[in-house]
Amino acid sequence: MSTQEQILEELTTTDYKYGFVTDIEQDNAPKGLTEDTVRFISAKKEEPEWMLEWRLKAFRDWQKMTEPTWANVHYPKVDFQDIIYYSAPKQKISLDSLDDVDPELLKTFEKLGISLDEQKRLSGVAVDIVFDSVSVKTTFQETLKQKGIIFCSMSEAIREHGELVKKYIGSVVPQKDNFYAGLNSAVFSDGSFCYIPKGVRCPMELSTYFRINSAGSGQFERTLLIADEGSYVSYLEGCTAPQRDENQLHAAVVELIALDNAEIKYSTVQNWYPGDKEGKGGIYNFVTKRGICKGNYSKISWTQVETGSAITWKYPSCILAGDNSIGEFYSVAVTNNMQQADTGTKMIHIGKNTKSRIVSKGISAGRSQNSYRGLVKVHRKAENARNFSQCDSLLMGDQCGAHTFPYLEISNNSSKVEHEATTSKIGEDLLFYFQQRGIDEETAVSMIVNGFCKEVMDNLPMEFAVEARKLLAISLEGSVG
Amino acid sequence: MLQIKNLHASISSDSGAKEILKGLSLEVNAGEVHAIMGPNGTGKSTLAAVLTGKEGYDITEGTVEFEGKNLMDLSPEERAQQGLFLAFQYPVEIPGVSNANFLKAAVNEIRKSKGMDNIPPNEFLKLMREKMELVEMSKDFISRFVNHGYSGGEKKRNEIFQMAMLDPKLAILDETDSGLDIDALRIVANGVNKLRTKENAFVVITHYQRLLDYIIPDFVHVMYDGKIVKSGDKDLALELEEKGYDWIKELSNVEI
Ligand SMILES: Nc1ncnc2c1ncn2[C@@H]1O[C@H](COP(=O)(O)OP(=O)(O)OP(=O)(O)O)[C@@H](O)[C@H]1O
Ligand SMILES: [Mg+2]
Repeated sequence: MSTQEQILEELTTTDYKYGFVTDIEQDNAPKGLTEDTVRFISAKKEEPEWMLEWRLKAFRDWQKMTEPTWANVHYPKVDFQDIIYYSAPKQKISLDSLDDVDPELLKTFEKLGISLDEQKRLSGVAVDIVFDSVSVKTTFQETLKQKGIIFCSMSEAIREHGELVKKYIGSVVPQKDNFYAGLNSAVFSDGSFCYIPKGVRCPMELSTYFRINSAGSGQFERTLLIADEGSYVSYLEGCTAPQRDENQLHAAVVELIALDNAEIKYSTVQNWYPGDKEGKGGIYNFVTKRGICKGNYSKISWTQVETGSAITWKYPSCILAGDNSIGEFYSVAVTNNMQQADTGTKMIHIGKNTKSRIVSKGISAGRSQNSYRGLVKVHRKAENARNFSQCDSLLMGDQCGAHTFPYLEISNNSSKVEHEATTSKIGEDLLFYFQQRGIDEETAVSMIVNGFCKEVMDNLPMEFAVEARKLLAISLEGSVG
Repeated sequence: MLQIKNLHASISSDSGAKEILKGLSLEVNAGEVHAIMGPNGTGKSTLAAVLTGKEGYDITEGTVEFEGKNLMDLSPEERAQQGLFLAFQYPVEIPGVSNANFLKAAVNEIRKSKGMDNIPPNEFLKLMREKMELVEMSKDFISRFVNHGYSGGEKKRNEIFQMAMLDPKLAILDETDSGLDIDALRIVANGVNKLRTKENAFVVITHYQRLLDYIIPDFVHVMYDGKIVKSGDKDLALELEEKGYDWIKELSNVEI
């Protein structure tokens, strides 16, 4: 191996920073999944009857479904009876005072760089924190309430805002949508709920931080976000998990609803534990995210920076039902070592004059496999639909793979659909060119990667762009400053 | 400035090592311009690659000193920081990185190696403007990605622009003239002439005598089969133009 290859290899094999475990007393459901498990979870959450019935229906449907196999990912079969479906810190956390919170838990969030203390938080960000199966704290609830904004854990929403939840849950991702969504519908534990009333522009970024801690457990959170007419919200989620030899399952569902003239900006910085260099351990990230632009002139924009997980199976999508509605998908997916990612989006054009834009940047290093899979569908009645897709792949070294699977289903002649794709490689000649100008490899790699991802990074809220850039640097280049 | 003595270098390929440079010697002093000519495949670009520290070559014999230091002890970026520059025969494209960003990083890395602070932004912009004028490049190129989608001639001109920005002690120009139209050739040559000082030096690799009408060399060397087989002044280039390389080949056969 040449020195340059060696450096490239070193740069691409940095350790995961968030791999520690919090030692805290947990309240777990017995392993395995039966109707009793579903009842157990529902009871723990003190849910109304209708919610339990909804879950049970999902469970019964799920039992008849099979795991999808069409994605370009390979892994041993998951044993769904070998998972703990509910795991929560034993101690109940008071929302009013941090004094009673288990210091271990506080330490955990400190290490993750998240402060539960509103005084110490970035003033422009409200955060909901989900630890294993429960939301432990939501900040700034009072400030938001003054504007009529509801931002709370899903469990709380089911109890306190039942009518809203009942109206919208499953309306974008039905229980039977797919295998993992079905599983989630039966056993989802917590997640965030958000409602922005008519004409309100949410004054701060809303965010949820997901942390898997328990061994043997899975995380099945569910997020529901409703932007009423003329409202605007920017929402961000982040996630990490301990370093473990076993694979852990994360099967989340996110539903977004944008009514007339509403806009939702949804950003994700995904940093689940990716497994070690040999591919041992890591999170299986099987997630269904979908938004509906229900109203005219509404807009949903997904931005994701995916660096973690052993396997990613995820296609944040937009149903453009309202006339003149807009859907966007901006994605950076990084795979390194033995990671596999099959990610992309679906843009479903139904309304007239609907527009969608897809910008996907895949970076593959090590022996990883990175696939983009995207569908652009234009319905018969979608006059004047417009789509532009740009899919770029960047390869580091020659042991990794990049794949692009674009699908088009066009049923209206007035539509205009464009697709562009490129593949480039960080090879020795490219790095040598930088070096010949006095720039070392590490800086060169970071300049190339940042340039490659710029269009997507520019879409992240400011507070998180910096964090995301750092994360990219860490997952690819070691400690580039 | 540069002393190459009896340099042997081979390339390691799948079919074993292959010697390309076979005992090459060359001395370049400050203030001089050297031209290196010679048939295709005789090792001219290999010499440039070995001097600038590209991976994949084994130095089996000989020494190379640059400003009194053993060049082979330095990493490629250190060599560049010490003032060695190569205008590539085939410049690579860098999508996503603008000329401004790229050069700012290069300028600052070189300054850092000398213990200097980063260049102030307005000073940098001024420098860019000034040097772009020198090679008659349009301002659009400031924000365009490095070499990305450029025509062959634009890429070559960009190499000279970078050279002007980095102000090296020793610049090696590997066939910068090939692929240039007459006007571009004149612009590039003018650029080089304006950058010439008593303190710096140039090694110009070329196949065409006409470049040497613009950049007048102090020495012309003919390379054949991995070494310099004949040296002379600018008239040697004219002689080559007239007689071709056959007599050189014979010359080298006789010597062996
Ligand atoms: N990676 C490689 N593997 C094997 N042989 C190589 C490799 N790189 C260069 N060579 C060989 O080394 C020899 C010298 O090549 P080099 O590029 O230095 O020639 P040159 O004098 O610059 O030619 P030109 O005038 O065409 O640019 C050629 O025979 C070439 O095929
Ligand atoms: Mg050559």
